[in-house]
Amino acid sequence: MSGAYAAAEVGLAPEAPPRPSNTGRNLFTVLSLAVVLALAARVIELRPLELFRDAGNIAVFLRGYLNPSFAHLGEYTWQCAVTVCIALWGTVLAVLISVPLGLLGARNLAPHPVVYLAARRVMDLLRAVNEFVFALMFVTAVGLGPFAGMLALGIHTGGVLGKLLSETIEAMDPGQAEGVAATGASRLHVIAFGVIPQVTPNFLSYVLLRFESDIRSASVIGMVGGGGIGFYLWDTIRSFNDREAATVILLIVAMVMVVDVVSSRVRRAAI
Amino acid sequence: MGNRSISPVVKLDNVTKRFGECRALDRVSVTVHPGEFVAVIGRSGAGKTTLLRCLSGATVASEGRVWFGEEDLATLAGRRLRAHRARVGMIFQQFNLVRRLQVMDNVLIGRLPHVQGWPRWASLARWFPAADRRVAQRALGHVGLLARAWQRTDTLSGGEQQRVAIAKILAQAPRIILGDEPVASLDVANGAMVMETLRRVASDAGVTVITTLHHVDYARRYADRILGFRQGALVFDGAPAALDGAALALVFGDMALEPGITADGHLAEPELAAV
Repeated sequence: MSGAYAAAEVGLAPEAPPRPSNTGRNLFTVLSLAVVLALAARVIELRPLELFRDAGNIAVFLRGYLNPSFAHLGEYTWQCAVTVCIALWGTVLAVLISVPLGLLGARNLAPHPVVYLAARRVMDLLRAVNEFVFALMFVTAVGLGPFAGMLALGIHTGGVLGKLLSETIEAMDPGQAEGVAATGASRLHVIAFGVIPQVTPNFLSYVLLRFESDIRSASVIGMVGGGGIGFYLWDTIRSFNDREAATVILLIVAMVMVVDVVSSRVRRAAI
Repeated sequence: MGNRSISPVVKLDNVTKRFGECRALDRVSVTVHPGEFVAVIGRSGAGKTTLLRCLSGATVASEGRVWFGEEDLATLAGRRLRAHRARVGMIFQQFNLVRRLQVMDNVLIGRLPHVQGWPRWASLARWFPAADRRVAQRALGHVGLLARAWQRTDTLSGGEQQRVAIAKILAQAPRIILGDEPVASLDVANGAMVMETLRRVASDAGVTVITTLHHVDYARRYADRILGFRQGALVFDGAPAALDGAALALVFGDMALEPGITADGHLAEPELAAV
């Protein structure tokens, strides 16, 4: 049908107005971008040739990294388990923080605009401060170790998840919540029945995504005293112990891969 | 309708609702008695939805009084407004069920305003006292969907979902049911099924129904009384038999402008789409 249409009618096609030209604007965009990138390259002293000039040094490093040492494999594996535990409890803490903040920070649920703004600002603050900065603060407060790392991860991620939750709530179907409110149900009931079931799949997906991200953060948070494998990563690299560093990095890669596979299985099973 | 002597459920006393310059309701006075099934007809923007919103307490009249029993709805707020909403069962065009919950949970939502004491907290986790679960079960049986109780609500057809919404309203045990185009998004067969159900459960439970209906045919077939609105004013109030050609012209004006309704007020045959 459409073929016959195209063949028969082609001569009768009405003339569209001429397509407006964007060439000038596109050229300007490309040139401005080039200027900005060139300036940024100067700032960061971008010298790609040094990669080749210093190839000898890199070869020395590589030789170590290609011969990982398995002398402390048991200790490193245990520290990876500690890292997973930090991320796990960090994510749990993050969920506990993000649910109240996300509910209060959603424009369509907040009991008062002041509450909404306050919740939003608190979440901004938690997100703006990097987990490493929080870790440095908690190491001072509760001492070196995994507990400080878990608190740091949980608080930063709580801000991130809270923001994602409030945005999910703002994008939900208002009719379903209205159907609950119309029965004369209380505000808490409207949230429990009309809001939570709607946003749960999306929120769960965000939580798993952040758990994967927390695993990566937890694997380096030990560098600032937050516990887990990060301390050994820092220690072996800083002391040029390349064969040990290689083992640590391999273990971290394996851990991240396993967690990603497990988490995507959970996501598929739950949603 | 032998109970006309009982005090009215709803009484509008010279009610006007303004939105800026526009009068969505224009000096409307009407009294509805217990057990009546009232259809509200009129073109889009005639004030049908505003009438429902005034009755549900979602909006307050600019002038005049809306009485619900002995209560002036303009005085309600907070907890007392919620108590009023529990007495009013709302049925929506888009069903407004929680789509991811099981059918039974959606019916139990109708029990939420009635659960008191510590079970009120337990109900936040979807746990309900046995008495409330029995009420919900009976309501679901009443609309013939007990077999679907544990299915996810969005797996049901539109007509079935609207019947679940009716079961939810039954569980809520309201004094009045307000319908906002309950069958407008359903096909004719499902629409008729839903209207039959609504009519049956309303007369079984002795509940008053006020519902807007896009199609005059539905109003004629199921209502005891029809209210016709035009530009905010009540221009027809009478039995379906009294809704003749002249009355229809009064309500709708030029019929050709209202899609789906023929000149004599019947549903148009659905046109076969050009293939």
